[in-house]
Amino acid sequence: MRAYLGQLRLELALASRQGEQLLVSLGIPLLVLVFFSGIDVLPTGTEEPVDYLAPAVLALAVMSTAMVSLGIGTGFERTYGVLKRLGASPLGRGRWVGAKVSLVLVTEAIQWAVLVATAVLLGWDPPSSGWLPALGAALLGTLAFAGIGLTMAGTLPGLATLALANALYFVLLLTGGMVVPLEELPGAIAAVARLFPAAALTEVVTGSLAATGDVEGWAWPTLGAWAVLAPTAAALTFRWED
Amino acid sequence: MQEREPAVEVRDLVVDRGDVRAVDHVSFVVPAGTTTALLGPNGAGKTSTVEHLEGYLPRASGSVSVLGSDPSRARRELAPRVGIMLQQGGIQTAVRPGELLRQYASFFADPEDPAELLERVGLLERSRTPYRRLSGGEQQRLSLALALIGRPELLFLDEPTAGVDLQGRDLIRSLVRSQAERGRTVLLTTHDLAEAEQLADRVVIIDHGRVLATGTPGELTSAGGGEDLRFGAAAGLDTAALGDTVGAEVVEVTPGHYRVDAAPSPELVAAVTGWLAAARIPLNDLRAGRESLEDVFRRLTAGDRGAVPGTDRR
Repeated sequence: MRAYLGQLRLELALASRQGEQLLVSLGIPLLVLVFFSGIDVLPTGTEEPVDYLAPAVLALAVMSTAMVSLGIGTGFERTYGVLKRLGASPLGRGRWVGAKVSLVLVTEAIQWAVLVATAVLLGWDPPSSGWLPALGAALLGTLAFAGIGLTMAGTLPGLATLALANALYFVLLLTGGMVVPLEELPGAIAAVARLFPAAALTEVVTGSLAATGDVEGWAWPTLGAWAVLAPTAAALTFRWED
Repeated sequence: MQEREPAVEVRDLVVDRGDVRAVDHVSFVVPAGTTTALLGPNGAGKTSTVEHLEGYLPRASGSVSVLGSDPSRARRELAPRVGIMLQQGGIQTAVRPGELLRQYASFFADPEDPAELLERVGLLERSRTPYRRLSGGEQQRLSLALALIGRPELLFLDEPTAGVDLQGRDLIRSLVRSQAERGRTVLLTTHDLAEAEQLADRVVIIDHGRVLATGTPGELTSAGGGEDLRFGAAAGLDTAALGDTVGAEVVEVTPGHYRVDAAPSPELVAAVTGWLAAARIPLNDLRAGRESLEDVFRRLTAGDRGAVPGTDRR
């Protein structure tokens, strides 16, 4: 327990000092939320843009932390030999994974608190019944995106992980319903997007937290499948040393 | 020193790195409580040997015991008892020495006090400086502190003074010596002869993945046989002619380094320097007596690095 806490404390200290990661994990979701809620240019399909954007940026926050921040951070740690050195310490892989998961969950909790508070100030009023499925989806989404991030981090050099994670983030941001609803995308793109975890997570979170509470049938199974497959892929392919 | 089980026992170790045989049937023993240096040029197989003992690299064959266990099977059990200083890397660029030592201290049951250890390695006032802003020597000292934090029984130090300035080297060496005084076992790698001579109770000379010689520095320097005369001058001298003049065999050990195989009497010295003076050949270096560790090292590692046979090449 002491080793796990020691590891987590360092992870939190380093994360709080990485400005560019804070920008990705908090700055961009906040910007999207505030900017597009005030300027109604996106085809959100809701009366007030914030009603669509607030749950969508909650999904975005999960993706940016679990996939981008975790993937890039771990990728560089592997490239720098940090994982190599930890591998010969008594920390052990289990506690290392535990500390990483905790770091992601703590970051996400902070993101959600800030984003929800901001959205409420902007007039968002979600049904309280939607929170349980939304949180469940966030956990599955965390597993899915952390799996993708760690698969990249565990197989590619740090810089390649940086580039790929950011590229994937951008593509999934645009095709995952996080700023533009899937229905507004061309049919073929939307069909492909539904196979990926970003659209599935957004659908469950936005659907659950909408007034109607309807979630399309494809979303939960897609999200669940990714939550199993991506971490499995990471566990099977992860190399601790370059 | 009382007899104990050897801390490390390596028998016929073979380690392959890709297609390259990095370690080729290496055998040696590190007695508990002693400091042993793996000495060899770059690429000799030192790091591959140590990284196998640390549990990083698999072996192709041979048998290895580290504190009584096989490091490729018992890594978890060995981790709390072994301190490791990697040749490079392993530390995030943004991390600060103080927090890094506190992190590693949390992994061990009875760690050193991080602040006290920082002071001992001369980094107390740098405790909040990000790793990337530390000098090369400070980074190495931090790396050594990481190896020491868990009060290990056995230390693996891979090139502990590489890239470190003179004062930093002295500090690191005195820290390594103080480990030995505490009864800890140290296995270090180095290509620095002075370091091996100063720090090690035993030296294992290794090149091309093979052990060339093992022993205490004293044993190694006397193993070359009797006393002789050594000098340095321009490469490619006519050793046959010189030998005829002085009445002893002259060998060019490596280009520019010569050995006269005879007792180094004042008469021999006079004959050799007289011959050089007559030929107007400047003398770079002249030593009489036993081989130094450097001589041993040169002789042993000369093998296929351009050794010069003791014949006339002029």
